[in-house]
Order: sequence, then C-alpha cells, then structure tokens
Amino acid sequence: MSEKTEIKPTLAARLGLAQFGTTERKTVTFGDASAVVGSRFWSIMSVLILAILWWASAAFEWTDPRFLPGPASTWERFVLIATEGYRRVTLMEHLTASMSRILWGFGIGCVVGIPLGFAMGLSNFLRGIFDPIVEFFRPIPPLAFIPLVILWFGIGEESKVLLLFLAALWIMAIAARSGVLSVKLSKVHAAYSLGASKFQVLRHVILPNALPEIFIGMRVALGVCWGTLVAAELLGAQEGIGQMIWVAQKFFLTEIVIIGIILIGVIGIAMDFAMRLLEGWLIPWRGKG
Amino acid sequence: MQNLVAEKIGMIYKLPDGSQVEALKDVSFTLEEGRILTLLGPSGCGKTTLLNILAGFLAPTSGVVSLSDRKIDGPGQDRGMVFQQGALFEWLSVEENVGFGPRMNGRPAAETKKVVDDLLDIVGLGGFGSKAVYELSGGMQQRVALARCLANDPDVILMDEPLGALDALTREKMQGLILKLWKETGKTIILVTHSVEEALFLGDRLFVMAPRPGRIEREYELPFAAQGLEVNPRELKTSKEFIEKREEILSLIWEMEEEIMGSRGEVL
Ligand SMILES: Nc1ncnc2c1ncn2[C@@H]1O[C@H](COP(=O)(O)OP(=O)(O)O)[C@@H](O)[C@H]1O
Ligand SMILES: [Mg+2]
Repeated sequence: MSEKTEIKPTLAARLGLAQFGTTERKTVTFGDASAVVGSRFWSIMSVLILAILWWASAAFEWTDPRFLPGPASTWERFVLIATEGYRRVTLMEHLTASMSRILWGFGIGCVVGIPLGFAMGLSNFLRGIFDPIVEFFRPIPPLAFIPLVILWFGIGEESKVLLLFLAALWIMAIAARSGVLSVKLSKVHAAYSLGASKFQVLRHVILPNALPEIFIGMRVALGVCWGTLVAAELLGAQEGIGQMIWVAQKFFLTEIVIIGIILIGVIGIAMDFAMRLLEGWLIPWRGKG
Repeated sequence: MQNLVAEKIGMIYKLPDGSQVEALKDVSFTLEEGRILTLLGPSGCGKTTLLNILAGFLAPTSGVVSLSDRKIDGPGQDRGMVFQQGALFEWLSVEENVGFGPRMNGRPAAETKKVVDDLLDIVGLGGFGSKAVYELSGGMQQRVALARCLANDPDVILMDEPLGALDALTREKMQGLILKLWKETGKTIILVTHSVEEALFLGDRLFVMAPRPGRIEREYELPFAAQGLEVNPRELKTSKEFIEKREEILSLIWEMEEEIMGSRGEVL
C-alpha cells in the first residue's frame, strides 16, 4: 500500500502564482492543454503594465489629453458624475435605465424563445412552421432592424426593448431546441416505462435535461443584448449608459466616454460571472450525464 | 399465468436511402412467469430491437407480442427496463431516481419513501439515498437503475446489457445481485449480454441469436441459475458441466462467425 501524505499547497500556489499538484512533475507541457492553466502572476502584470502606460502617457503628455485623458482626471470626472451626475442624471440612473431595458428585452426574449424552442424540439408540425423563420432571422444582427423599428414604433422605450428582445429571441429558441434534442432516448424510454405521462416526461425529463443548454443560451443572449444596448440607445433617450457616452462624445467629454466603456466592460463581465454562479448553483449536474 | 409470448416477430428497418435491414425474422417464444432468459449474440443480431419491441417502444413490422394474453402496443408499467448506462436522471438524487415511478403515479410520499428505503437496502445502497447519481461508481449506478425499475413492481424486467460497462469484479458482484433479486422476487427477467459466461450463469433459459436476418439460432435450458445462489459462483463457473456448455456455445458462435466471414470472403 502506498501511503497518502497530505501536501499543502504553498502560498504562491494558492494565490495562483505558481504551479501545483500533478502539473509540476510533468515533463511534457507544451501541447498538454491541462498543463496550460495560466498564471495569475502574468495576469496581474499585464493589467498593471496597461495601467502604468495609461498613467505615463498622460503624465508625460505623450498623447493629447483631449483625446486620451489620464487616470487622474478620469477618476475626478467619475466621482463628479457619480454624485452630481451628467446633465442632471446621475451615473446610477443611467445604469438603472440600461439594466431595466436589458432585463425587459432579455426577459421577454426568454419567455417567448424558450417555449418556442421546446415546440420546435417536440413537434414536427411546429418545427416545420418555425424553422424557416428562426433560421432566417438568427444570422441578422439586431442592429439591422433599427431603421425598421424606428419606422414602425418610433424612438420610444418600446423600440429599444424590442431590439433587445429580437437579440435574445433567436438565441434562446435555438438553445432550447438543441436542449430538447439532446435528451438521451433511454431516459425518455425509462420515464415512460415507469408510468410517466407525456406531460410528466416533458416536465421531469426533457425540461431538466435541457436546462444546461438553456443556461448557456442565456449567457450568450445576455452578452449579445448588452452589446446591442449601446447602439439601441442611439435611438434617443434621456437616460442610459450608451446614451451617456454618445452625448458626451458630441461635447468632447472624452473622460465620460472612457468611463462608459470601462463600465460597460465591467458590467458585462459581472453579468457573465453572475450567470456562471447561478448555473453552478441551479444545475450542479451539468455535464455529468 | 403471466406468460410473455412472441409470435413470429419480424422487424424491418427502412433506411433513408431506400434500403432495408431485416433486424428480426420469425422470432417466436413463450417465456413462462418467473423464468430468467438470457439473450446472447454478436452486435447487430437484433437483441436491442427485440427488447424494445417487448418494452413497447417499437411496433414490430409483423407478428404479435403479448403479456398475459394482452397485446403489447406501448410502454407499460408491467414491464420495467434497465439500460446499459446513462439512463438515470442526473438531476435527481439517488432516492428521487428510485422513487420516480411511484411519484409519477401519484403514490403518497410516505409510502414511496418506505418503498425506496427498502429497495436501497436490498440493492446494497442503504445510506446513499441523498447522494447525487453522478457521485456513484458505475456499479452503484446500475444498482440504482435496478432499484428504480423494481419500485414500480413490474411483472417483467428487461435488461439491455446492464453490466456491459462494468469491470470484471463489479460485474460478478452484480450478477450475484441479479440472481438474488430474481430468486427473491420471482420476476420474469430477460437479460441481454455479450458474455457467454454471464449468459450461462444468469439464464435458466438461453437464446443464442444470429444476425442478418436477426433470429434465434439455438435455445438452451440451463441448470446453473437455479444453483447459483447455493454454491460458490466461482466453483460453479469452473465446474466441468459449466465449462462444457461454455465451450459448446463458443464453438457454435465461431461456426456462425465463420459462415458469415466465409460468405463475405473475408479473412480474420
Ligand atoms: N433505428 C434503426 N434504424 C435502422 N437500422 C437499425 C436501427 N436500429 C437498429 N438497426 C439495425 O438493426 C440491426 C439490429 O440492431 P440491434 O437491435 O441494435 O442489435 P444488437 O442490440 O443485437 O446489437 C442492426 O443491423 C442495426 O444496424
Ligand atoms: Mg444492442
């Protein structure tokens, strides 16, 4: 019998700064995907170097501060619009307006798209009806609908939500359809043999089986919606993070544009991270079938 | 009597390119209540097709199957199914999997819990009820599949290579469990396997099947399953009688193989 001794990872390994475990004794690492785990050390370095470059370019006036303001003046402006606001609308209000559009568009996209995908996965008739529609609209970037949406619905709130809805709808329908189609026949057979009705098979086998793919669809759709939002807010609005940077650009307030871009990036990452947490919590069986 | 009867079953699959595969031809048998039948044969001889027809998932292109004189025309709770692997519901815990049938039938929760606990004890998984199925080993997962099937108290249990994915030692243990369940419950069982030894050990009847078209090539009545629990299984499997039967069946399979290879002009 081999003895099992407990080895504690070093502090560096625990911080992700050094290799630990099976990887450190490997002699072949180039080409071994499991050995390429990245190094947090280099991640920290890369962010640091970018920040220093930004700071230096302003401090030594390598660039014109009107086009690329430095971190200090950007931070000042950030504090200003966070507290007093820009054009009497605070940053928080801009963000809330954008988030609520996202939640409405994405939410309705899920509520319509998921049942649509289920219908397409379960019925020949409905698959036949909806396949051409979904396949046609899926590759069209949502922004291509902007002119039509303006013509039909004007530039109000509905138009923006409609665009985001269109961005989410096809993605959700296709994700739900492929979730339904991925069910193993033996599971469906087992359920029927155990006395389940059609509805029970749908509710207790097909739905939970499709959840992982629906979740992946939701993550993608949320990302696409977020990307569409800035452009959707071009359709005139008082509030919204996209609107804020468009207006700021007209008045040459580069700091606000930069703040907006950084916030859009950070919130995008945060939403994806939140979805992943939710995924791990709601569907721990993902990939374990 | 709950006899399982197949009368001249034929199954022809039509392929999209217009060709046809005759997966079963003229398969007839009567399996009396409480027997355990093993089906042995090379891949593609229609074992899965036959099981699917008996389970009611497929309608044969000709012939009739019936259980206690009622025609089988769809899945039903009188026939339970155990698949090779991956048919457990990974989103449910072990006990939720086992209790699936009773729950779908609207049985009271307390009654279901008792049935589930008893079954988990019987298959040797007492105390594992709240585990996730993907945390269990392959052998334990098949125990869950057996228990899930038994929870509905079917008359007939159909098993399609239930032990096919298990390692040798786990496999022997599971064979013992299946024999024990068969003896204690008196259920009618049909079990598909690739292993000659397993087919001999578990079957009190054995069909050797042949492909193209899928059919029953030869039938055996066997004494081993009945003795299997009283004597040491290793002793039984190495007894003179057992080995003779094993060699007889192996040479039959070799003959069949040579016929197929010969007719296609192939060499090993
Ligand atoms: N759904 C299907 N469509 C077409 N051919 C099939 C289908 N299922 C099985 N077959 C064919 O029928 C024959 C018997 O298959 P199967 O019942 O799976 O055999 P076994 O389980 O003994 O390996 C094989 O030749 C197989 O290719
Ligand atoms: Mg098979």
